[in-house]
Amino acid sequence: MGAPFHHPKNPDAMRPEIFAFEFMRHAVAASLLASVACGIIGTYVVVKRIGFISGGIAHTAFGGIGLGYYLGINPLLGVIPFSLFAALAIGLLSKKAKVAEDTAIGAFWAVGMAVGVIFIGLTPGYAPNLFSYLFGNILTVPPDDLWLIFFLDVLIVLLVWLFSKEFLAISVDEEYAEVSGVNTTGFYLLLLCLIALTVVILVRVVGIVMVIALLTIPAAIARTFSRSLPGMMALASLLSAFFSLAGLWLSWQLDIASGATIIVVAGVAFMLVETGKLLRISLLNR
Amino acid sequence: MNRVIVDCEHLSVVLDGSRVLDNLTLQVCEGDFLGIVGPNGGGKTTLLRVILGLQKPSEGTVTVFDKAPGQSPRRTGYVPQHLVFDRDFPISVRDMVLMGRLSGKKPLQQYSKSDRERVDEALETVGMSALKSRRIGVLSGGELQRTLIARALAGDPELLLLDEPTASVDPVMKTSIYDLLDRLKKQLSIVLVTHDIGTISRHVSRVICLNCSMVVRENPLATPSGSDIQKSYPYDVDLLLHHGGSLSSPEKS
Ligand SMILES: Nc1ncnc2c1ncn2[C@@H]1O[C@H](COP(=O)(O)OP(=O)(O)OP(=O)(O)O)[C@@H](O)[C@H]1O
Ligand SMILES: [Mg+2]
Repeated sequence: MGAPFHHPKNPDAMRPEIFAFEFMRHAVAASLLASVACGIIGTYVVVKRIGFISGGIAHTAFGGIGLGYYLGINPLLGVIPFSLFAALAIGLLSKKAKVAEDTAIGAFWAVGMAVGVIFIGLTPGYAPNLFSYLFGNILTVPPDDLWLIFFLDVLIVLLVWLFSKEFLAISVDEEYAEVSGVNTTGFYLLLLCLIALTVVILVRVVGIVMVIALLTIPAAIARTFSRSLPGMMALASLLSAFFSLAGLWLSWQLDIASGATIIVVAGVAFMLVETGKLLRISLLNR
Repeated sequence: MNRVIVDCEHLSVVLDGSRVLDNLTLQVCEGDFLGIVGPNGGGKTTLLRVILGLQKPSEGTVTVFDKAPGQSPRRTGYVPQHLVFDRDFPISVRDMVLMGRLSGKKPLQQYSKSDRERVDEALETVGMSALKSRRIGVLSGGELQRTLIARALAGDPELLLLDEPTASVDPVMKTSIYDLLDRLKKQLSIVLVTHDIGTISRHVSRVICLNCSMVVRENPLATPSGSDIQKSYPYDVDLLLHHGGSLSSPEKS
């Protein structure tokens, strides 16, 4: 489904109605569903400053994709255990074994990708290219994957609601959470596992780069305007949905890559907000 | 004899090869108001962390409420010396103080209306009611410390551990914090780390001076017979501070 938008019969006519195509409706649904997961999980990623871990898990997951192809099973069956393992290992190494967190992440990141490349090389015949893994293709989301993202959303909303006070406590003051009897390591690992699930499920749909963009940019903007974690989650989800829809529309109009457009739209908004903050500060200090 | 709440026997803590606490034996009983003074790096914060279960002793035994440290979160309140936190974190003063109610909650239980009412009372007590919807990151140092005190009080602890709670509050607020502690000491046991050597002698029942190992003093002001050395007491503590090592460099191996 490369660029099916051209109307060969009357090139001057307007583009067809954007929702006329089923794949477009699926892309919109995928964007909205992904925004819920990214807004909520991204809020924790941003306030706990663990964006680098998310990147590490996502890239380690590439090893799982390779393994899945090599074994000839659904790649998700390879990638989910692989990334959960990566999340737990990175978390435990940095918490318990006193390995510096960025060292642990860097090692997993590199080894995961290397293992993926080796397995894909060993697999005879067709293998997915790295490019689609990096950027995904939101225009080719099958309905099954929409259900998968929907279940991910349900799981995330449920767990975050059930454990909201514990997750808040370990985010804002881990030591006090520990003193209050919260199993801080356990909840931190649970959070990393939720990040891992979010990342691997969305990587299939939108690619690694867009997952990281949607996890960090909307939440970073939302933090500027929020006074509570739930408020920040809601705003981040809304922003994420807005950037996705705006990006989809723009890519449709300009006939350019949709995932990349979404990321650029989000990035531009982020820079505008940050520039606005800087201007405000320097005006106030005049 | 009052019930023993904190019991440290021959406690030693070694951090990164240096002996921070050495063979410390001390008890805190019900109704005690224990002051801890000592030079920077003397191990005061470390002692509180051991009592809270955040730091494992290298040698010796510690029990708190007859259990291992950290096993009675519901009954202990803690005011940390520093809050390592992110000024951009989106949380209001009120929600921060609500964390004090966390230890009394079962897993899966949500905060209730009575939790929020207790939080409002605690904010009232430390004079932070007017600022309760402020974002935590915009508070001044003293306001933040009062918020942390409110958080510890909101949990209705039986043992309150305070690590330099008056370090950055103004004189008026300092007096009112000490007045508050005077009222609280009738209901709960307090361990207070502070550098206000002159002030605490009027409030605490016992003071220990901690510089790796410790020197304990019963507060002369708490007993009528000691009132004649009232004036000399602060000097006495100063002398204790110098005991067994210089002020600037606590013993290290
Ligand atoms: N995690 C750690 N690793 C290694 N050394 C530590 C650690 N924590 C504290 N120390 C050392 O232990 C000693 C005691 O520290 P502590 O924080 O207990 O002192 P303190 O009495 O609270 O001092 P202050 O008055 O400055 O708050 C210091 O020399 C410090 O450098
Ligand atoms: Mg200290």
